[in-house]
Amino acid sequence: MAEEKNLSNGQGENAQKETYSLNDDRRVKVLSPGAMVAKRFFRNRLAIVGLTVLIVMFVFSFLGGVVSPYSQDQIFYTEEIQMKSFANVTENTEYRYMAADGQKFSGVLQGQSVLAIQKGGGTFNYKDVDYVVTKEGEEFFSVATADGEMIGIAYMDVVSASNEGDKLSYAFTYNALKAYTNGMSSFEADGSGYELAEDGSVLLQGDEVAYISRYVILPSANDVFLSRSFKEELQEALEQDVEEFAFTNTDGETNEYTVDYDAYTKSWTVSQETYTHVFDRYGFPSKEHWLGTDGNGMDMLTRLMYGGRVSLMIGFIVVFIEALLGIVLGGISGYFGGWVDNLIMRIVDVFYCIPSYPILIILGAAMDGMRMDSQTRMVYMMLLLGFLGWPSIARMVRGQILSLREQEFMTATEACGISATRRIFRHLVPNVIPQLIVICTMGLGSTIITEATLSFLGLGVKFPFASWGNIISDVNNTYVLTNYWFIWIPAGICLLVTVLAFNLVGDGLRDAFDPRMKR
Amino acid sequence: MRNYIIKRILTSIMILFFVAFVIYLLMRCLPTSYIESMARQLSTQPGAKSYEEWMEQLSSAYNLDGNIITGFLGMLVQMLTGNFGDSWVYTKPCTELLKETVGISFAMGAVAFVLELIIAIPLGIIAATKQYSKTDYVITVVALAGISLPTFFFASLLKLVFSVNLGWFDLMGLTGRNYSQLSRGGQLLDIANHLVLPVVTLVVINIGSLMRYTRTNMLEVLNADYIRTARAKGLNERKVIYHHAFRNTLIPLVTIIGNSLPGLFSGALITETLYSIQGIGYTSYHAMVGGDIPFSMFYLMFMAILTLAGNLIADILYAVVDPRVRIA
Repeated sequence: MAEEKNLSNGQGENAQKETYSLNDDRRVKVLSPGAMVAKRFFRNRLAIVGLTVLIVMFVFSFLGGVVSPYSQDQIFYTEEIQMKSFANVTENTEYRYMAADGQKFSGVLQGQSVLAIQKGGGTFNYKDVDYVVTKEGEEFFSVATADGEMIGIAYMDVVSASNEGDKLSYAFTYNALKAYTNGMSSFEADGSGYELAEDGSVLLQGDEVAYISRYVILPSANDVFLSRSFKEELQEALEQDVEEFAFTNTDGETNEYTVDYDAYTKSWTVSQETYTHVFDRYGFPSKEHWLGTDGNGMDMLTRLMYGGRVSLMIGFIVVFIEALLGIVLGGISGYFGGWVDNLIMRIVDVFYCIPSYPILIILGAAMDGMRMDSQTRMVYMMLLLGFLGWPSIARMVRGQILSLREQEFMTATEACGISATRRIFRHLVPNVIPQLIVICTMGLGSTIITEATLSFLGLGVKFPFASWGNIISDVNNTYVLTNYWFIWIPAGICLLVTVLAFNLVGDGLRDAFDPRMKR
Repeated sequence: MRNYIIKRILTSIMILFFVAFVIYLLMRCLPTSYIESMARQLSTQPGAKSYEEWMEQLSSAYNLDGNIITGFLGMLVQMLTGNFGDSWVYTKPCTELLKETVGISFAMGAVAFVLELIIAIPLGIIAATKQYSKTDYVITVVALAGISLPTFFFASLLKLVFSVNLGWFDLMGLTGRNYSQLSRGGQLLDIANHLVLPVVTLVVINIGSLMRYTRTNMLEVLNADYIRTARAKGLNERKVIYHHAFRNTLIPLVTIIGNSLPGLFSGALITETLYSIQGIGYTSYHAMVGGDIPFSMFYLMFMAILTLAGNLIADILYAVVDPRVRIA
C-alpha cells in the first residue's frame, strides 16, 4: 500500500512540477524501493511476457475448470458400428449323446460306444457290465445294458425345439430321431402322435413343435432366441454358399447378416452390424471436444485445465514447504553461527548428496505396491518433494543473514532488547525476501517439472486426478505417440510454457531486485 | 594445500557416513509387507533364488531383525568389504551389474557433456559481451527454454519427428534389428546411430544452465576493474574479452566441469529409460520400480558417492585455480 501511495504522490507532484523552482527537491521524482523494483521489472520485456503467460495459465487452470461444461472425470460415449458375431453354425460331424431319464452316460461310456458304433453296433464290456449298442437308424444308435436297461442315445442329426422356452424330453427326442432316421412320417411320444415332415419339421396337430437338422445353429449371445424360419433361411443361404443374406423377422424388421466360413473349425460365423455404445476413446478434436478425448473417453481440454490446477497447486504447496523449512533452518543457522550453524549446514550437505529422483521413484513404487489411493499419495509426494528441496533455500538464507547480521540495524535491535526469534524473523528474514522470491519462482518451475516427470513415469499424480505429466504419459504407447498428437502435445506445451514463464519472471525479478547485475 | 584437501576429504567421508545412514533409514521405513511381496514376486523369475534365500540374504546384509544402529553398522561393514548383495530383478551381484552397464552410460554422458561445453561456453560468452542485444535475448530465451523443457516431452517430440515422421532413427533401444550380422565397424556405427537422439536430448536439456552460468560469470568479470584498466590501456576489444576476461571466467567454469565429471558415471535416469538404452540409469530405474531393494540401495549409495566426489573435486579445483579460497 505504502508503495502505491508513494507512486501516486510522485505522479501528482510531477504534474505540477512547473510551479517549483529549479532547485526545489520536489522536482525530483521520488520512488520507494518497491516502486523502483516494479519499474525495473516492468521494463523487462521477457519478464512481462512470462507474467502474461502465467496469468493466462492461471485463468485457464483455475477458471477454466469452472467454465468448462464437463467435469474432469466425465466419460463420453459414442455409437460405433461394430461387426458382432450373431450366431454360429456348425455342421454336425460328430456323435452327440443324450442320457436316458435317470441314467448316467459318462464320458468313458460314450467313448466305448463310439468304438462299437464304428463297427456298426455290437457289445462292449466296461466295469464288469456288458453294454449293447444297437443301430436304430441311419447314424442313430442306442446304448443299453445287457439287461435291456436303456442308458442313452448317440445321434448325428440334432433335434431342436421350435418355440422359445420349450424343453424336449428324452422320449420325444428318441422317438423323433428314430422316425427321422428311418424315413417314417409319424411317431408317437409321451402319449401324443406327431407328424414328421420331409424337411425335418415335427408337427403336433399341424403346429410345428420341433425340427431335426444336421446343422447346429447357436446364437452368440445368451438372450437371443433364433427362430425356426431364421434358421431355415440361414441354412438355405449356407447351401447356396452366399456371403450375405437378409432376413425379415415376424415383426417385419429386416436385418443384414454377413456369413463367413472358417475352414479350420469347419463352422460359419454369422455376424451382424450393430450399433454399440463405447467409450469415445481418442476422439479427434471436434466442436464438442476442442482437443478431442483421451484414452478413457474424457474431454481433453477439461483434463488439461484440471491438470494445470493440480500441477500449479502442487508447485505452490511444495515451494511453500521448502521455503518454510529453508527460512527457519537457514535463519537459525545464519543468526546463531558456531556449532548450530555447523550442524545445520552439515545436515544441508547430507541432503544435497541424497539423490532425489531415485528416492522419489523408490517411494513411488512402494506406494504403488501398497495400492495407496491417489489423494493420499499426492499429499505424501508433496511433503516428500518439499522435504528434499529445502537445503538450497536454507543455504541461500544463511548466506544472506551471515552478512546482514553484522550491519548496524542488528546492533540497534540488540540494544532494544528484542528477542532472538523476533530479531531473526522480523528483522533479518524480511531483508532476504527479494532473493527468496527469486529462488521460489525458479523453484516453482523446477518443482512442476519434477512432479510432471514423476507423473509421466506413473509414480506421481494418479488417475482419476489429471496432471500435465500423467496426461503426457499416454505417449508411452507408441500408437498414441504417432497418431494422436492432440493427446500429448497440448499438455507438453502447457508444461513448457508455464515453466518457462516462471523462469522468465524469476529472472526478471532477480534483475529488478539486484540492479548491480545491470550495467 | 595438502591440509585443505585432507580436511575436505575427511568432511566428505563424514557426510557420506550420514548419507548412508539416511538411506538405510529409508530402506528400514519401507513397509515389510511390500518388501516381502516383492521378494516373493521376483523369486518366481527364471534363475532367481528362492524367496527364503532372498529374505535371508537381505536380513543378513541389512540386519533387518536387529535395531537400527547395529543394523546400520553391520551394513557399513558389509559395504566396506565390497558386498552389496545380489540384485533381485537382474539376479546378479550388484557390482557386476554396475560394471556391465556403466560403460554405455559414461560414453553417452561424456559425448553429451563435451558437446554441451563446446556449444554452451561460446554462446554464453557472446551473450555476455553483447548484453541486451537481440543475440543476448535469443540466447537467454533458448537457454531458459532448455531448462524449462521436460525431458520426457522433448524426447517424445524428437521421437515423433525423427523416428516416426522422418524415419532416420529407431524409436528406442541401443542396437538395431540386424546388429549381430554387422561387421565390427558397422556395429559401432549402429550404436552411434542409436545414441544420436538420447545425446541430443541430454545436450538440449542440460545446455541451458551451463550457458547461463557462463553468461553470469562473464558479466561479473566484465564488470571488474581490471577489465576497465585493460580497456583504458587501449587494448582492442578482442584481446580484452578473449585474453583477459575469458581466462577469469574459466575459474568458475573449471569448477563446475570438475563438479560434473563424476556425475557422468551416474547415467541419465530419465533419458535412458525413455530411449531404452541399457545403461546404469535404465537398469536402476527398472530395479527401483520392480522393488529391487539391494540394487536400489546400491544405486543410491553410488549416486551419493558420485555427488560427494563431484563437490570434492570442485572445491579442490577451486582452491587450486583461485588461491584466495585456501585462506578462507
